[in-house]
Amino acid sequence: MAILDINDLSISFGGLKAVDGFRLTIGENELVGLIGPNGAGKTTVFNLLTGVYKPTGGTITLSGTDVSKLKPSDIVLLGSSRTFQNIRLFKNMSVLDNIRVAYHHRMRYSLLEGVFKTKRFRDEERESHEVAHALLDVFNMDAYAHDLARNLPYGKQRKLEIARALATGPKLLLLDEPAAGMNPQETEELMETIRLIKDTFKVSILLIEHDMRLVMGICERIVVLDYGKIIATGIPDEIKKHPDVIRAYLGG
Amino acid sequence: MKAFLIKYDRIISVLAVILGVFVILNTLIEAGVFSNYIRGILILVMIAIIMATSLNIATGFLGQLVLGHAGFMALGAYGAALSAIALREVIPSDLVLFLVATAIAMAISLLAGLVVGTPALRLRGDYLGIMTLGFGEIVKVILTNLEVTNGAQGLTRIPRIMSFPVAYFTMAVVVVIIALFMNSRHGRAMISIREDEIASESVGINVTRYKIIGFLMAAMFGGVGGSVYAFHIGFLSPTTFGFVRSIDIFVIVVLGGMGSLSGAVIAASVLTFLPEFLRDFANYRLLVYSALLVLTMLFRPQGLMGTKEIVISFRRFSDKIRAFWMKHRKTKAIEGGTDHGNP
Repeated sequence: MAILDINDLSISFGGLKAVDGFRLTIGENELVGLIGPNGAGKTTVFNLLTGVYKPTGGTITLSGTDVSKLKPSDIVLLGSSRTFQNIRLFKNMSVLDNIRVAYHHRMRYSLLEGVFKTKRFRDEERESHEVAHALLDVFNMDAYAHDLARNLPYGKQRKLEIARALATGPKLLLLDEPAAGMNPQETEELMETIRLIKDTFKVSILLIEHDMRLVMGICERIVVLDYGKIIATGIPDEIKKHPDVIRAYLGG
Repeated sequence: MKAFLIKYDRIISVLAVILGVFVILNTLIEAGVFSNYIRGILILVMIAIIMATSLNIATGFLGQLVLGHAGFMALGAYGAALSAIALREVIPSDLVLFLVATAIAMAISLLAGLVVGTPALRLRGDYLGIMTLGFGEIVKVILTNLEVTNGAQGLTRIPRIMSFPVAYFTMAVVVVIIALFMNSRHGRAMISIREDEIASESVGINVTRYKIIGFLMAAMFGGVGGSVYAFHIGFLSPTTFGFVRSIDIFVIVVLGGMGSLSGAVIAASVLTFLPEFLRDFANYRLLVYSALLVLTMLFRPQGLMGTKEIVISFRRFSDKIRAFWMKHRKTKAIEGGTDHGNP
């Protein structure tokens, strides 16, 4: 079964059709890239998928459930989580706590159990600690566990945001320009990280990115968006040669 | 894993500090070293701590601007006072009367919090601030116009049953409950909302739910502060709970550090005592007080404690002393070494 099935998704802001007739199916453990010139509507698609915007038409089916009318926090519970174009960490919390916040809904103890520190509280808190440390280990960041998130270097902040998204236990990971502001070496490292995530956590990934080397290097399939409409879909080599894509990027 | 054994060291340390401070203060009062006047101020300090730590839940941890906290205090105070007047004959024990009245006060504030909070928390920042400010004023106006509260003339005949031990332990219970609460997944969820609402929603936190929980807790413990106040002063007038009191509480939270309970405790103590000590300066009293606020904000805008907490742990304390001592010895040894090298 497809993890994500988007059918005829549209949204308009006033008279502007920001996304129009968007369709996409993502299977298990698949890595799909979403590209397009500035203002093409890529981030709007993400905001629709995560429930920030409500679509004016079409459906979004996440593992069999229609999520197009759900709240962002409920969509996360159904197994999709995201990162942001401009990093949004909990800056004054420790690296560890950033991840533990994302583990919130996988714990069950109640308010009163939290105050009285019952056995369930201690068990689940211990588990959240272990999961968070294990995640940081995967990203080679365990040494930073007790630093404040704001004090991390830029590349590490990006990684932490991805780690945090993974802590919610997603089946689908949405990455919004993960390589933005990175130098070529950091981008290279990021490509490794994304491959690692895909293999270790068996998640499907939808990725918005401007860095073509990254997109062409790791994506199995690419969707090109321009003025809210899909102008091409295919494997990286097809996309590179596609006349509409070249026209959208270079004009003419 | 060591971190998740029950930390007996922490529990014993905290209990010891709470009891220790109590014994010292109470002995000084009993022995007559502290006058009745200072005893009264100490109880006001306890009330200020309860009000500040409770507001800290909504403003410091949750990051919502609440400018009507005195409204909850007023509801708690009047609720407790009226039920105590009604129940005075039935319940002979002062302590039980206080506990029952406080429970009623908490229920009333909680209810008010629910009525105001549910629509108010759709707003953010300054808008929420203005709305809560409006709530505080509404409470004041209602209390002025009700028959049962004796309107603007104020409510008298309230039994003055507040003693220092009761005020002290009420404060301790409130602060400990809030501290325990903040150190749980629910507390973390609230702090994450303060840090970035959109991000916390995107990791599955039900932002609306936690905002309301935080707001309700603030309201409820605010009611407790009002109850202690009513039984200490023995007279309530709606003007006591005006905008200025809300701001006073707010100032304590900001000065102590938004999101720091120990900061709120320290700032509440300092800011309640300071105006009293400054009585020697007579006319310049309020000027000095205000200037101190300005200076603190200029040089320490994050407040006295920022978001940090004082960790009460004897083991940690002794570890630190030992570490300091070792370091001290080592530097001495090095200095000694160089002395030999350069005679």
